[in-house]
Amino acid sequence: MPPGGADTAEPIRAIRLKHPGRIVFAAVLLLMLALFVIDAAQREAYGWDNLAKYIFDKRISQAALNTLLLTIYSMAIAIVLGVVLSVMRLSDNPVVKGVAWLYLWVFRGTPVYVQLAFWGLIATIYSTIDIGIPFMEPWLSFETKNVIDVFWLAVIGLALNEAAYMAEIVRAGILSVDKGQEEAATALGMGWLLTMRRVVLPQAMRIIIPPTGNEVISMLKTTSLVAAVPFSFDLYGRARDIAVEIFDPVPLLLVASAWYLLFTSILMIGQYFLERRFSRGVGQARDTRRVGTATDVIPTVTGSVTTADKAEGDGR
Amino acid sequence: MTGTPTSEVPMVHADRVSKSFGSLEVLKSISLTVNRGEVLCLVGPSGSGKSTFLRCINHLERVDAGRLIVDGELIGYVERGDRLYEMHPREAARQRRDIGMVFQRFNLFPHMTAVENVAEAPIRVKGMKKDDAYARARELLARVGLASRADAYPAHLSGGQQQRVAIARALAMEPKLMLFDEPTSALDPELVGEVLQVMKQLAESGMTMIVVTHEMGFAREVADSLVFMDGGVVVESGDPREVLSNPQHQRTRSFLSKVL
Repeated sequence: MPPGGADTAEPIRAIRLKHPGRIVFAAVLLLMLALFVIDAAQREAYGWDNLAKYIFDKRISQAALNTLLLTIYSMAIAIVLGVVLSVMRLSDNPVVKGVAWLYLWVFRGTPVYVQLAFWGLIATIYSTIDIGIPFMEPWLSFETKNVIDVFWLAVIGLALNEAAYMAEIVRAGILSVDKGQEEAATALGMGWLLTMRRVVLPQAMRIIIPPTGNEVISMLKTTSLVAAVPFSFDLYGRARDIAVEIFDPVPLLLVASAWYLLFTSILMIGQYFLERRFSRGVGQARDTRRVGTATDVIPTVTGSVTTADKAEGDGR
Repeated sequence: MTGTPTSEVPMVHADRVSKSFGSLEVLKSISLTVNRGEVLCLVGPSGSGKSTFLRCINHLERVDAGRLIVDGELIGYVERGDRLYEMHPREAARQRRDIGMVFQRFNLFPHMTAVENVAEAPIRVKGMKKDDAYARARELLARVGLASRADAYPAHLSGGQQQRVAIARALAMEPKLMLFDEPTSALDPELVGEVLQVMKQLAESGMTMIVVTHEMGFAREVADSLVFMDGGVVVESGDPREVLSNPQHQRTRSFLSKVL
């Protein structure tokens, strides 16, 4: 036994186990990747010169901005509408609940591409927008196609579809908050709206934020479907148009992909920090105690409270 | 309809209160009276309806039959002529303001610090100024022995400390009546004493209290009256020392023999 360390055993210095299969597989993967890159660099069809030429083209960066705006506007509307729909689904009124359910059924049950095509045809279906009393001469009447342009039709289409998904996310968040929280707030004399705003929603955020981040990233990519409206000043639409113009489709797909990747990467980083922030402090609090030791286990009263009646208690 | 509170009007008057959940009758015609400054302990086996009764007093549960009157005011309903109308939620919230409640599982708001928990309702419900509310919240926390933990989040407090914050939170609304729903049942045994100590001080300060509890020592020392419930009815009530040492009913006797 070594001196000084009578009780501690010698640290283990074992020969590491080799994983030859893994090493071979990794090597094959690397080799294939290298082959692909070398091949692609020389391949004519990728049109690397055109990629370099168009990646910072003004039309492309303008389209990238449009894609961002589509994402931001439609997500903002979707979140607000989603909160409203989730609260409607939790309502006690069967009609309110039913209408919310119907909305979710329709908008989640049909493809967003088809929905966008519908919004594109809205001016054909409803050629005028009338404001007034139904079945009477309208006070105001607009030509639909003059009031809403395709950009906003795209935003509406994306937002209304997304709202259905956001509603479910928000609902899950609200339901995740312990019922006792609402009760405590109610017992303090707080009304429903105040309870929601100050007590329930801040706690629901922890559940709502991560999937909402995913939805934003997903929405950014879904905006490429606005061609169905048809709106073509988004990133993918513009790239496609330029590709047709120069008869070289592949490099412009790469241009669009590079921009999408840039945006999603930024959003992923943002989401990481948001998640970290909202899990702070709140953490473990909800389940610190087991639910009631209740009636069958009766803890003995300790300290000064019992002493007064000790004699009487012993007497029984 | 409130009238001036006079000492003759009892703080709580329950007149044949009944309550069912579906086909399960939880409360069967409960009648009892709690006077001003009195401490009433409700004891009984699990499922005897004592917690439900407590929750009816601030209308967290609605009563199916009978009347619950707190400080001369009917709870949860408005009586006009000989008809009862359901109360508007705003009115019910106003009634609850004056009735503090402490829960078995504390139900502190986990995203707020202790002092924020206590100051929240006075600011949002009573419209108290922030500075005043926080100063008052710190005073109350000092009163329950937690001056040094005012800025801690509930997750960083022990169960006993959390329950004391919950008591301070209820007191911040300056209630005329405090309800305790098994306040020590979720606590580790060594933390029970500190909470009971705070409740005892509160009782000594003259607060009217209804306490659902299994702490017979507390009932004996602090309570003015004790009500034993079983199967949704009041089996026995009276002076706690008498009921505990000389129970009249078989059911009370068998329950107490298991508890004491």
